[in-house]
Amino acid sequence: MADHSDILIVGGGLNGPALALALAQAGFSVTVIDAMVRDTRDDPGFDGRAYALALTSCRMLGAIGLWSDLRAHAEPMLKIAVSDGHAGAGPSPFAMQFDHAEIEEGPMGHVIEDRFLRRALMQALDDAPGVTQINGAQVVAQETTPGGVTAALADGRQLSGRVLVGADGRSSGTATRAGIRRTAWGYGQTALVCAVAHERPHEGVAHQFFMPSGPLAILPLPGNVSSIVWSEETPRAKALMQADDNAFLAALRPRFGDFLGEISLDGQRFSYPLGLSLAQRLVANRVALVGDAAHGLHPIAGQGLNAGFRDIAALAEVLAEAKRRGEDIGTAPVLDRYAQWRRFDTAALAMATDTFNRLFSNDNPLLRLGRDIGMGLVGAAPGLRRGFIREAAGLTGDLPRLMQGQPA
Amino acid sequence: MQVSQSTVDLAEVSKFEAMAAEWWDPNGKFKPLHMLNPCRLDYITRQIAGEFGRDLTGAKPFDGLRLLDIGCGGGLLSEPMARLGADVVGADAAAGNIPVAQVHAEQSGLNIDYRNTTAESLAEAGEQFDVVLNMEVVEHVADPLAYLTACHDLLRPGGLHICSTINRNPKSFAVAIVGAEVVMRWLPRGTHDWRKFITPDELFDLLSRAGLTPVDRKGFVFNPITWSWSLSDRDLSVNYVTASLRP
Repeated sequence: MADHSDILIVGGGLNGPALALALAQAGFSVTVIDAMVRDTRDDPGFDGRAYALALTSCRMLGAIGLWSDLRAHAEPMLKIAVSDGHAGAGPSPFAMQFDHAEIEEGPMGHVIEDRFLRRALMQALDDAPGVTQINGAQVVAQETTPGGVTAALADGRQLSGRVLVGADGRSSGTATRAGIRRTAWGYGQTALVCAVAHERPHEGVAHQFFMPSGPLAILPLPGNVSSIVWSEETPRAKALMQADDNAFLAALRPRFGDFLGEISLDGQRFSYPLGLSLAQRLVANRVALVGDAAHGLHPIAGQGLNAGFRDIAALAEVLAEAKRRGEDIGTAPVLDRYAQWRRFDTAALAMATDTFNRLFSNDNPLLRLGRDIGMGLVGAAPGLRRGFIREAAGLTGDLPRLMQGQPA
Repeated sequence: MQVSQSTVDLAEVSKFEAMAAEWWDPNGKFKPLHMLNPCRLDYITRQIAGEFGRDLTGAKPFDGLRLLDIGCGGGLLSEPMARLGADVVGADAAAGNIPVAQVHAEQSGLNIDYRNTTAESLAEAGEQFDVVLNMEVVEHVADPLAYLTACHDLLRPGGLHICSTINRNPKSFAVAIVGAEVVMRWLPRGTHDWRKFITPDELFDLLSRAGLTPVDRKGFVFNPITWSWSLSDRDLSVNYVTASLRP
C-alpha cells in the first residue's frame, strides 16, 4: 500500500513549499518530494539571488503566515525607474518613473534575498501540520488510476494522492511524464547575478536599464546594498564570469553609473542562461503545473516568481473550493478551472516579457527612438503610468484570495 | 460452471465500468449535469452547513448526518456528500444505475449505500434522514404532491429538504426544451415535458401542503459568455432550487 496524501507536490524550490503551506492551511494533507537534499536548501550563505516580490506576492506570504517575519529582511520598493541607455552614456533623457505614492496600496513590492525566503519557507514547512517532506528523492514514474495518481520514487517507494503537482522547474519531469510538451527558445543571453554595495543609499528605488546587449536590473536590498541582474549576450557573459572581480566591476561601472557613488562586490557572482520555456498545457489527467514548470520566463521585470505565486494562489483556491463542495479534486472539471484562470495571464506575460526583451536588447536607431518616445509618453501620462504601477504591484486581473491576503 | 459464472460477472463488471466512465465523463452524455454540478453543490453544501452548523473548511464537515439522494444516477451528488462525511443512501428507480454508481464509488474509495428503490418505498419502510436531496426529479413524477409528501415523511423533524426543478414560462420553454433538447442537444428529445414544469410559487405551495416549511429559493443561471452556471437571488426564470424544513 502506497503512502497516501491528498496532494503530491514534486519540487522543493520556492513554489512547491509555498503551495504546500497554502494547501495545508486549507486542510489538505500534502507530500513534498524534493530531488535536492535538505542541507543544500538550508545553506545559509547569500548566493546573490534576490526577488522583487510584487505587493500581491507579499500579501500571499502574509496569508500563509510568513510575511511578519520576512518583512524585517525585505526592502520596500518605493519607486521603479526604467530607462533606455547605452553603456558609458548613462540613461537617456526619456525615462519612466513609477512611484508607489501614485497608488493607495503602498509599496509596489519588496525585494528579498533568496536565502531568507527559502529559510522561512523551509521552517514553516517543518512546522506545518499535514505536510510530509521527502528530500533527496527522485520521482521516476507516475501513473493515474480511476480514483487517484501514484508516483514511484527511485528508491522504490510508492506514493499516492488525488492530484500530482509539478513544481519541478523548466525541465519538469512531471510535465514530461504527463505527456505535456513545451515550447522553448533561448535568448542567447545569460544573466549575471550578484549583490553590489554602494556608497549612497538607494532610497528604495529599483532600476531597470535597457541596453542593447540586454537589460540591467538593480533591486534595492536592506542597507546600502543592491542586487543586480545583468543580462548579457552569452559569450560576453561567459567572459565576464571568468574575469576576476576587479575586471567584472570595471565592466559593470559604466553600465551601473555613479548615481549611488562608488560600488563594490558584496558576495559571490552567479550566472544563469536565459530562455523562455512554456508548457503547452497547464494540466493533464490528475496533474497540474505551477511556476517555471508551467512557464519559465525571461527574468525581465522580475515577473518569474510572482507569476509562480499567482499560480499557487489560483490552484490553492480552486482546490480548496472543490474540497468544500466535496468534489474529487483531481478531476478534469476542477483542474480545468485552474488552467482557465491562469492560461491567459501566463501567455500574455510570456509574450510581454519576450517582446520587451527583443525590443530593448537592440541597437537599431529607429527602435531606440521609438521606445524612447514611448517611454516618454508613458512617463508623462498619469493614467497609463498608474496602470504600469498597478501591473508591477500585481494588482491587475482576477486576483485569487491569497493575493488579497485572505486564506484560500 | 464456476468458471463461466465468474466470466459473466467479469463481463458485467466491465460493462458497468464503461457505463460509470460515461456517467462521469465531463464532456460526455451527462455534460449538462457536470456543468451544473458545482453550482448545485455550492447551494447544497452551504444550506446543509448553515442548517446544521457545520464548518465547510473542516475535515468531514457532514460527519454524522444521514443523507438521501433521490434519483442518484451515477452518483454525481452522492459522492461529494459522502466525501464530506455524510452517511449517504443513493436511491434510483432505474435499476441499471445502481451497479454503475457502485463501481464508481468503489473506484473513488467511498462507501455509499446505493439502492434500486423509490422515495415512496423508503418512506413506507420508515427510513429517516437528516437531509433529503431531491434534485431535478419532481418535474418527472406523476403526482408531485404525493411524492413531496413521501420526501417529508423521510425527514426527521428539523430535517432539510433541497429540491430543484424547472420553472414553467415561455422562457423556460425556449431555454430548457428548444435550447437544451433541440438546438444544443444537451438532453435527448423528450427528456422534459414542459407542461410538468412547476413555478416557484406552485412548488412552495406544494411543499407547504406536503407539510414542509419553505425557507429559501435561488435561481441557477447559465451564463453563455463564461459558459458556466451561477446562483442568483432574483433570476428563477428557468432552473431554480429551494430549501425547506420539516417542522
